[in-house]
Amino acid sequence: MGAYLVRRFLLMVLTLFGMSVLIFVMLRLVPGNITDIIFDSAGFVNPAKKAAIERQLGLDQPIVTQYITWMAGLARGDLGYAFVSEKPALDEILPRIPVTAKLAVLALAFSVLFGVPLGVISAVRQNTGLDYVLRVVSLSGLSLPSFWLGLLILMACVHWFGWIPIYRSSPDNFWQEIALLSIPAAAVGFRSSALVMRLTRSSMLEVLRQDYIRTARAKGASEPSVNYDHALRNAVLPVVTVIGIEAAFLVGGLIVTETVFNIPGVARFLVEAIRWRDYPIVQNLVMFIAIIVVMVNFIVDMAYAALDPRIKYEE
Amino acid sequence: MLEVHNLQTYFYTRAGLVKAVDGVSFSLWSGETLAIVGESGCGKSVTALSLMRLLADPPGRIVGGAVRLDGRDLLGLNAAAMRQVRGKDVSMVFQEPMTSLNPVMTIGRQIGEALMLHGAGSREGVRDRTLEMLRLVGIPEPAQRVREYPHQLSGGMRQRAMIAIALACNPKVLIADEPTSALDVTIQAQILELMANLQRKLGTAMILITHDLGVVAETADRVIVMYAGRKVEEAAVDELFARPLHPYTRGLMRSIPRFAVMRNGVAPAGRLQEIPGMVPALSALPTGCAFAPRCAFASDICRRDYPRYEEKRAGHWSACWHSDRLVGAADG
Ligand SMILES: Nc1ncnc2c1ncn2[C@@H]1O[C@H](COP(=O)(O)OP(=O)(O)OP(=O)(O)O)[C@@H](O)[C@H]1O
Ligand code: SF4
Ligand SMILES: [Mg+2]
Repeated sequence: MGAYLVRRFLLMVLTLFGMSVLIFVMLRLVPGNITDIIFDSAGFVNPAKKAAIERQLGLDQPIVTQYITWMAGLARGDLGYAFVSEKPALDEILPRIPVTAKLAVLALAFSVLFGVPLGVISAVRQNTGLDYVLRVVSLSGLSLPSFWLGLLILMACVHWFGWIPIYRSSPDNFWQEIALLSIPAAAVGFRSSALVMRLTRSSMLEVLRQDYIRTARAKGASEPSVNYDHALRNAVLPVVTVIGIEAAFLVGGLIVTETVFNIPGVARFLVEAIRWRDYPIVQNLVMFIAIIVVMVNFIVDMAYAALDPRIKYEE
Repeated sequence: MLEVHNLQTYFYTRAGLVKAVDGVSFSLWSGETLAIVGESGCGKSVTALSLMRLLADPPGRIVGGAVRLDGRDLLGLNAAAMRQVRGKDVSMVFQEPMTSLNPVMTIGRQIGEALMLHGAGSREGVRDRTLEMLRLVGIPEPAQRVREYPHQLSGGMRQRAMIAIALACNPKVLIADEPTSALDVTIQAQILELMANLQRKLGTAMILITHDLGVVAETADRVIVMYAGRKVEEAAVDELFARPLHPYTRGLMRSIPRFAVMRNGVAPAGRLQEIPGMVPALSALPTGCAFAPRCAFASDICRRDYPRYEEKRAGHWSACWHSDRLVGAADG
């Protein structure tokens, strides 16, 4: 186990290093930098002034030097200064994390709490009306883009309740915030809940055919016990893997949903920063997201090993 | 004690109606071992699963007959009452030890579950009884094995664990569906011996399903031979081997080396003979005797009418028009 963890950790570091190079280079391959954008919008170009700003922001340095500067900063815990606000990037990013984290956790919880039980029900009631309804709903979940679903929800709320579930000011307490976030979380989580449901369903159908299910019945186990104790514990294994992958996809959904619902989180902030070519914000934020995704996948692997006794991470 | 009367189990498939079990009757006395033999696909497993009402419906359905355990008709019980019977009064050991245990549950939990389901009482009681069962089925180091998962056990050990599950609640009837055919030959003998010992010790009646006549000769008291979903012969084990009254039974005996060796004490002189032809599709059975296309004794009446199932000798039943021609027919 120890050896596995070390190997796994090194792999994670390597992945993140690759990620950092990739994001760094890609960001600079995008045409234009912040000075171009500022001067374009101003309508005239004073080359000397522009060069001065570029020098001040370090954009005139060779890309390798820029990269090393960034990495050296990271090692000291210094993320540099945001180009736009000129505040420390860390101070810009940190306060925006909690709301996005809550949204992401809610969305993931939504997808698991709805996806898994509905998948089981759909499998146990295979080919009944309920099964068909659930399958159609899940198909719609896979095909509706989350921003469109978000807009739809907003419009429905306005139409029926005359109320918009968006952030106008900061919420009074934790529960109010959760309540407010649960609607966008549902919009984001609907897709993955549909995926989780379909996967749980097919996995359950597969497991319910197995010999050990017959053994459980032969012992006199009740249907709920057969379905949930015996079958589901085997059927969730592939679902757990997919939840790890979905965590990465979630980021895309968060970006549009934060925009649609006007949520002051990191995802929307990231889009804004990309527009301004605000390199310190973008590269640090993407690195942060990469770290989270890598860690979630690590946790998923650990959970998998805990759930499946046949898997032991040993040499 | 267990009476099966005119059991009919059909499968409603896209290809048509499959009469997998068609009018099978037998009784089982307490403490007795009844063997059911026959080629693959003749309906042995379906018979066993029907007794436990474990067939998936659709496609399988028990369309007729009665299964009475101590006078109570199991086919008439509601689902909850039937669950009380499964694992408690009637238990089953399956053919596939590798896949019949739940891979994500410990052995101890899987045995304990059977006990809990049938009211074993306290946690300690369940644990003690689980350990006792593991010892009883000859699994070494029970205290450690209860915490292990199926993949940590060999095939033979898994089948022992299956037997422990099946016998945990002291059932009246144990149905063993080819309990050893997935195992190595040496392990097969051990498992069979274990089952015979336990059966003697616990007084359980056993239905042993197999296509190994050698196994039948060693363990069974009585034998039922099935062909194409029907019972074609039934007799006490010695009587059957000494005087098979159905050409199919005779064919089975001739095709099995172990039996041929055992009977004569020497290797059979001629070559082993297979029964020519194949088992007919159950959805398209010929009228008349289902065995007729493969039978050396077949005559016109065989192809026209299904032979009556009759007691040809005391306690020896057979469904064949020409049983009399088999008596005394040369063995070769
Ligand atoms: N799920 C099913 N759907 C349709 N037909 C089935 C199904 N299960 C069994 N049958 C039919 O029932 C017949 C009897 O099958 P069964 O499993 O009882 O054979 P068996 O005697 O146990 O054979 P084996 O020695 O291979 O275990 C088969 O020929 C098959 O056509
Ligand atoms: S009834 Fe006729 S065909 Fe059928 S087994 Fe007997 S002899 Fe053969
Ligand atoms: Mg079978």
